[in-house]
Amino acid sequence: MSNIPQKQIHKYLRHDKKFPHVWCPGCSNGIVLGATIRAIAELGYEKDEVAMVSGIGCSSRMPVYVDFNTLHSLHGRAIAYATGVKFFKPEMKVVVVTGDGDATAIGGNHFIHAARRNIDITVILINNNIYGMTGGQYSPTTPDGARATTAPYGNIDRTFDICKLAIGAGATFVARTSAYHAQESKLFISKALEHKGFSLVEIVSSCPVIFGRLNKKGSPADMLKDMKDNVITEKKYNELSEDEKADKIPRGIFVEEQVPEFTATYTDLVQSLQKPKDE
Amino acid sequence: MAKNETKTKSVLMQGNEAIARGALAAGVNFFAGYPITPSTEIAEICSVEMPKMGRKFIQMEDEISSMAAIVGASLAGAKSMTATSGPGFSLMAEGMGYAKMVEAPCVVVNVMRGGPSTGLPTKPSQADIMQARWGTHGDAPSITLYPNSVMESYELAIRAVNLAEKYRTCVTLLSDEVLGHMRERIEIPNLKTIKVVDRVKPTIPPEWYKHYPENPKYPMPLASFGEGYRFHVTGLAHDAKGFPTNKASETAVMMERLRNKIRHNIDDIIQIESFMMEDAKIAIFAAGITSRAAKEAVLMARKKGIRVGMLRPLTIWPFPDEAIKKYLCDKKAIIVPELNEGQLSKAMKRVMGAIWSYELRKSKNIIGLNKNNGELINPEEILKVIKEVK
Ligand SMILES: Cc1ncc(C[n+]2csc(CCOP(=O)(O)OP(=O)(O)O)c2C)c(N)n1
Ligand code: SF4
Repeated sequence: MSNIPQKQIHKYLRHDKKFPHVWCPGCSNGIVLGATIRAIAELGYEKDEVAMVSGIGCSSRMPVYVDFNTLHSLHGRAIAYATGVKFFKPEMKVVVVTGDGDATAIGGNHFIHAARRNIDITVILINNNIYGMTGGQYSPTTPDGARATTAPYGNIDRTFDICKLAIGAGATFVARTSAYHAQESKLFISKALEHKGFSLVEIVSSCPVIFGRLNKKGSPADMLKDMKDNVITEKKYNELSEDEKADKIPRGIFVEEQVPEFTATYTDLVQSLQKPKDE
Repeated sequence: MAKNETKTKSVLMQGNEAIARGALAAGVNFFAGYPITPSTEIAEICSVEMPKMGRKFIQMEDEISSMAAIVGASLAGAKSMTATSGPGFSLMAEGMGYAKMVEAPCVVVNVMRGGPSTGLPTKPSQADIMQARWGTHGDAPSITLYPNSVMESYELAIRAVNLAEKYRTCVTLLSDEVLGHMRERIEIPNLKTIKVVDRVKPTIPPEWYKHYPENPKYPMPLASFGEGYRFHVTGLAHDAKGFPTNKASETAVMMERLRNKIRHNIDDIIQIESFMMEDAKIAIFAAGITSRAAKEAVLMARKKGIRVGMLRPLTIWPFPDEAIKKYLCDKKAIIVPELNEGQLSKAMKRVMGAIWSYELRKSKNIIGLNKNNGELINPEEILKVIKEVK
């Protein structure tokens, strides 16, 4: 690793008493933190203009480590808090960091409505297929048959495809990559941040300590290698037969479109009401 | 003050409208809400007025997100508010605790209707009084106000916003279905004469800034997101800078601050009305809509030569212990009419139980007059109890 990106990262981390962090060795949350900071640094955003909002979960612990305006909110509600911040101060860059449980189970309603509303918030969703923080219960993305502490005989609950959920709800920027693809994570996050409207970057990631152990996935490195092999480009994915698709996950930017953004439309409304009426 | 500044404007207004207009007069510039009878007019009026004023109105997907949005906005510098009724108030409980924990100023209006559950959407109730105190988990502070007229709805809406700003907390403003929907003539003051508490911005360098100082003086300088003070906010127990902590010593400081912001400022927060209490032998303790019937009953009893008075809390929480002790300790009986199964009277018994001796407790009476079928308590019913204890 070169020195420059390291220094860049340090510039954005908090230096007062926040480390060591809470994440287990080998967890991919750190990779996503790195990608997020690098994306923000490269875009040249001022720290003061960035608000990072999260819910509750391992992934949601990210804000405390970064030197932005940071809001660690309630389980599932990050997007709703972020909506308050963004709507009141539209000039701020508002980033939500959330988990699969946080955003699509308890927070599913806020997730789809923010997408529908097309409010300019970037959601970085770290999908580790499990409830990490509470010790490994199944989430809406735990695969069919996988073990969780509350699915001791293998999960029978059907899963969400989070990107499809976002697309169905009207999100105007939807992308997926994996923690293995750290450069692509940075790229997608930076495109999402620059997108005017609701943007989702789903990052397929790993919880080696709980999901990995329960499902005999090997070492943290093994789990990253799995991502390398199984999280494939949309193009490659589309070339596969239905059978071959079964254990693969497509990555790429699935949607990128310009639709009027909520806070901008509201500003227009306010302005139209200020205009002196024609006779 | 210039003469025309003291001039008021006389208008006919509905209680809910008065809450909305009072809040706007106090500077509320962010409203997020979800429709629910009998509070909906507050959101509707805000949706008409706020865009015209360049302020923010949003209808969220539910009450949980409404509560979250007003706290997010508050942290970004807004004076924020939401309005709801019982079912929505229950959904907001976790978020209200968060607002109190992170000390984000905001106001939650609960126009009470019959409960439990969906209950009686179009009928009044006073059954959320204890919920306003204890509705969220943990030892959270509560400032709760409850007017009894349309004029007072306007005034207490202003006061609720001011107290929220001053003490950095989530203030609850109670109303009820009848108060919210009735119309009365009120005097709208000139906006220039209304006392409004605005957030003071910090001037110290960001490195020195503590979002949660150990011994705050209220109101205190408070930074908002996006202004150079990059503080952290969490619902976890936190230290002076807002960073999570597990330390008993730091947690104790935090809990003390939450407790003391109420305890040390009781006189500033509590407001009561005492009506014909000087020579009264019997006292009525009533709040909100029920206090109007109580006042009527006092006048009716006085005509019959019975010495009755009324004590009315405009601030329900913190409970006005000292005022109760002062005004009520020598009364022969205290009648507590309310639209619930005895929430105020239980709070009253706690206060009086502490000062009355066992013998006194036997000879003196705290009499609850309770109704929770959606009907109001009328003056005659109170008068009947007065005659019984006379
Ligand atoms: C209202 C509420 N319900 C439950 C919890 C307990 N809880 C904390 S984190 C969590 C799940 C987190 O899972 P996920 O969002 O996938 O994040 P991860 O820890 O895997 O990063 C749960 C259920 C809570 N904090 N609040
Ligand atoms: S429990 Fe799993 S998700 Fe949480 S920090 Fe550990 S490895 Fe990461």
